[in-house]
Amino acid sequence: MIGGLFIYNHKGEVLISRVYRDDIGRNAVDAFRVNVIHARQQVRSPVTNIARTSFFHVKRSNIWLAAVTKQNVNAAMVFEFLYKMCDVMTAYFGKISEENIKNNFVLIYELLDEILDFGYPQNSETGALKTFITQQGIKGQHQTKEEQSQITSQVTGQIGWRREGIKYRRNELFLDVLESVNLLMSPQGQVLSAHVSGRVVMKSYLSGMPECKFGMNDKIVIDKQGKGGASDDAGKSSGKQSIAIDDCTFHQCVRLSKFDSERSISFIPPDGEYELMRYRTTKDIILPFRVIPLVREVGRTKLEVKVVIKSNFKPSLLAQKIEVRIPTPLNTSGVQVICMKGKAKYKASENAIVWKIKRMAGMKESQISAEIELLPTNDKKKWARPPISMNFEVPFAPSGLKVRYLKVFESKLNYSDHDVIKWVRYIGRSGIYETRC
Amino acid sequence: MPAVSKGDGMRGLAVFISDIRNCKSKEAEIKRINKELANIRSKFKGDKALDGYSKKKYVCKLLFIFLLGHDIDFGHMEAVNLLSSNKYTEKQIGYLFISVLVNSNSELIRLINNAIKNDLSSRNPTFMCLALHCIANVGSREMAEAFASEIPRILVAGDTMDSVKQSAALCLLRLYKTSPDLVLMGEWTSRVVHLLNDQHMGVVTAAISLITCLSQKNPDEFKTCVSLAVSRLSRIVSSASTDLQDYTYYFVPAPWLSCKLLRLLQCYPPPEDGAVKGRLVECLETILNKAQEPPKSKKVQHSNAKNAILFEAISLIIHYDSEPNLLVRACNQLGQFLQHRETNLRYLALESMCTLASSEFSHEAVKTHIETVINALKTERDVSVRQRAADLLYAMCDRSNAKQIVAEMLSYLETADYSIREEMVLKVAILAEKYAVDYSWYVDTILNLIRIAGDYVSEEVWYRVIQIVINRDDVQGYAAKTVFEALQAPACHENMVKVGGYILGEFGNLIAGDPRSSPLVQFNLLHSKFHLCSVPTRALLLSAYIKFINLFPETKATIQEVLRCDSQIRNSDVELQQRAVEYLKLSSIASTDVLATVLEEMPPFPERESSILAKLKKKKGPGAVSVTELEDGKREGGELNGGGDRGPETTAMAASNASTPSPSADLLGIRSAAPISAGPASAGSLLVDVFSETGPAAPSAAVNDDGFLRDLEQPTETSDSLLVEGSGDLE
Repeated sequence: MIGGLFIYNHKGEVLISRVYRDDIGRNAVDAFRVNVIHARQQVRSPVTNIARTSFFHVKRSNIWLAAVTKQNVNAAMVFEFLYKMCDVMTAYFGKISEENIKNNFVLIYELLDEILDFGYPQNSETGALKTFITQQGIKGQHQTKEEQSQITSQVTGQIGWRREGIKYRRNELFLDVLESVNLLMSPQGQVLSAHVSGRVVMKSYLSGMPECKFGMNDKIVIDKQGKGGASDDAGKSSGKQSIAIDDCTFHQCVRLSKFDSERSISFIPPDGEYELMRYRTTKDIILPFRVIPLVREVGRTKLEVKVVIKSNFKPSLLAQKIEVRIPTPLNTSGVQVICMKGKAKYKASENAIVWKIKRMAGMKESQISAEIELLPTNDKKKWARPPISMNFEVPFAPSGLKVRYLKVFESKLNYSDHDVIKWVRYIGRSGIYETRC
Repeated sequence: MPAVSKGDGMRGLAVFISDIRNCKSKEAEIKRINKELANIRSKFKGDKALDGYSKKKYVCKLLFIFLLGHDIDFGHMEAVNLLSSNKYTEKQIGYLFISVLVNSNSELIRLINNAIKNDLSSRNPTFMCLALHCIANVGSREMAEAFASEIPRILVAGDTMDSVKQSAALCLLRLYKTSPDLVLMGEWTSRVVHLLNDQHMGVVTAAISLITCLSQKNPDEFKTCVSLAVSRLSRIVSSASTDLQDYTYYFVPAPWLSCKLLRLLQCYPPPEDGAVKGRLVECLETILNKAQEPPKSKKVQHSNAKNAILFEAISLIIHYDSEPNLLVRACNQLGQFLQHRETNLRYLALESMCTLASSEFSHEAVKTHIETVINALKTERDVSVRQRAADLLYAMCDRSNAKQIVAEMLSYLETADYSIREEMVLKVAILAEKYAVDYSWYVDTILNLIRIAGDYVSEEVWYRVIQIVINRDDVQGYAAKTVFEALQAPACHENMVKVGGYILGEFGNLIAGDPRSSPLVQFNLLHSKFHLCSVPTRALLLSAYIKFINLFPETKATIQEVLRCDSQIRNSDVELQQRAVEYLKLSSIASTDVLATVLEEMPPFPERESSILAKLKKKKGPGAVSVTELEDGKREGGELNGGGDRGPETTAMAASNASTPSPSADLLGIRSAAPISAGPASAGSLLVDVFSETGPAAPSAAVNDDGFLRDLEQPTETSDSLLVEGSGDLE
């Protein structure tokens, strides 16, 4: 289990230090600073072992969060916790920065006391935490004894993530499907590796203790339904669009036993924003863009680059924030760029040409050509030709995931599924989207 | 970048550096550098020619980026272009870039060499200096090939400026050090020597470094430098502290030059020419005199400079080793330093005195400081100084003070540092042996040594004591008695048990008359230690037991019982088991005659180089030449007769050598009396020699290399019974 948790600034100064177990000494703080933050060579591994002590770290801008343990812990659990810790902190005071951490250090210690107990992670649901860890000071007057005992029963009860007696005038819920698509493509257009990692984020403002059921075009579910009712035409037609999910994880509110037996996702949602599920797919990915590079070396001192991007989705949809990054050789001495659409610029500090397009509809193509002048060097090494990378945002899910339904049942209060206002949004973003040239 | 100021300021560079220093993170720094590199690339690429100033500025930036740890793969051409500029600053930056960045196998080397050649042939002294510095800094083989012949000419040319000569001398020195085969001696060598007479002290200082290096390889070619160096030295030494103006350092005239001159003189034997020698002696005397004068300044630099010259002068005096007067004076001077409050000075004084002690002229003088040195050994805080003090004590030891020194070293040993203990033990053992007049003293000392520092007593030490006891009849009884007493201590070191077992086994009979040390008491004493010892020691003790059976038949029953018990006869160790079985059989079957023959007293050992001395030499390693030389010297002295009574009556010594032989000579006598009349068999192949010459029946076969009593091969075969103890070692 986690023996201690430290937060450092970029200089390696300790901002927060909380030790949970006796086997972690004071010197562990320095060991991490010396061996990781101030290491000669940049430490890439998120797990570092120093003198039989394991350090798990994540970095948020300039801030280092490190969990320390002497035991053989589940590393995935530790990282899950660290990311959750980041989420909690962000929910409480916004961006994780040195100043914010310094200003809220009392709060952070309070949170650390609550969400880790003797190194064991506890309830880290922001909504639940916010009911009893507040920044407004003691609310003694407002909180009656009943409410206080309610908090105890809720936190220790079966549904720790939601308190009873929530009431909204308008029952509303928002569903976001956020995906990031990763790709590595050969110069000839062959897909070398591609996968989509997605999240379903939900914002719910529902009264009472509603029971929800979420349905999507998961292949296993669809096939099962298709078999179950052969007469159901809709099932067959949707079968074409079903997707194979490689793996997925759920929020703690989802009843896993029901998912295991019936593949149905049913749950009592927390109040406010949370991440319902996370998943990953590798098959039948819709690649929103295709990059076709053409690099020609003209003599030793000149390089001609032509890059074509093609959008590969419905013409009615619009991609946004498109950015193509074309690396230039290290001995570039001058660049001329011509592009029909968007703006392109040679950024010397990053050794790349950056081409930005604000908007682009589906089934279109656009191209850029650049002439790169090179300075002859006495270095015989050839240019390594790093891949061309791309950033974009599209309004659909590249994995093909579709939300089929989200049903809300609340038996005690008298509102039905039809009264709930539901919003669904799909956003596909680029992860590491690279094409070799 | 607009040309704001065309001066030497290079504002762009300053801005760039301050930008880099203000970067918050590594990434920001890399971004800034990438941007700058792109900018420089575009400037260098540009069709319009850059002026010298901007070229210099960009090359400077590249240099700065390189020194930050980034790779630079362009700009070399621009740097080479800068070399042909007429402006000093531009040329300087060009050379700087090249010395730092151009590796020897670059293709640009020819262009660079051309530029250097041009500068060397120019009449501008600053350019020549820049070029010479560049050659020295790069110092590659290509450079040496191209300029090795050119530089000597510049060095000895009459019209060369002083500063250029200085640079040329040092540059040549560097080339000679990297590729000596390319720097050929020629007629310039004789003229280089005359640089010692140069007006300019800087030139002399530079030249002398070169000459010292060259003369170490070709001493004959530079022989003439001795007289020049002496006259130069005398001029410096006799000058008043204000005469040399720039070259006076804290009231000391030209200390570096003086040191170098003295060091150069140490490459050669004392000058044969009387006048030169007289002058040199005068100089050395002046230096020694000056050391006596009250300091002109309280600054540490003043005393450092003065002492540097003094120590260099003393090592020259020691090197010559021919002026008794000077040696004694040097010794007295060092004696003063022995109590100086500077630790470094004390260290140096002890170190120099070590070498002084080996000189016949100053040995007596060194000896007068014995109390101080002993005090240093006891009170000095720094272990390295203590080590030197121990070395010096060892070096100054002779027959007259051996007892005192050995006693002091022994008493120090109890508190000595672990790192020097083993060496101390060896030294004590050697001194005790070398200067032993009275062998009972020797035995006492060594037993004490084992008692105090048993862990550090190596095998060689106790082998040696046994060799000596066996070879000398007169101490055997005393040794047995002392060992017996020493063994009575409740806890004694295993080495002591070894010595005790061996000696009692051989000579226990000599003390058996006393009822307090009757045979049974002796045996019980030894056997009480048996179970605490390691296997080799137990094996040795078993051999001692069988010898007891021979010496004292009355102990036979007791010992047989011991041998018969399971822990011996069924010991898991093969060696012990075999010994127990064989000894038991031997004692029960063989007749007393056979026993007596088989277990005869060990014959004397042949004399050879002390194994301890060899060990000490090995320990010191080849690095510590002075110490080993010293020991050699001492040993020779010891063989003639203890160095103590050296002096004018050398002839008398030869006579005394015959009448009262020194310890080693004494042992020599014993050897010749021993049955092995094989003559001075060489130590290395001794065993083989002895064997082939005296045949298998000779008892001398018992001589074994390590003095260890080994097992009997075939104890029951009476026909071979003469092939005794040592036979096992002849395999």
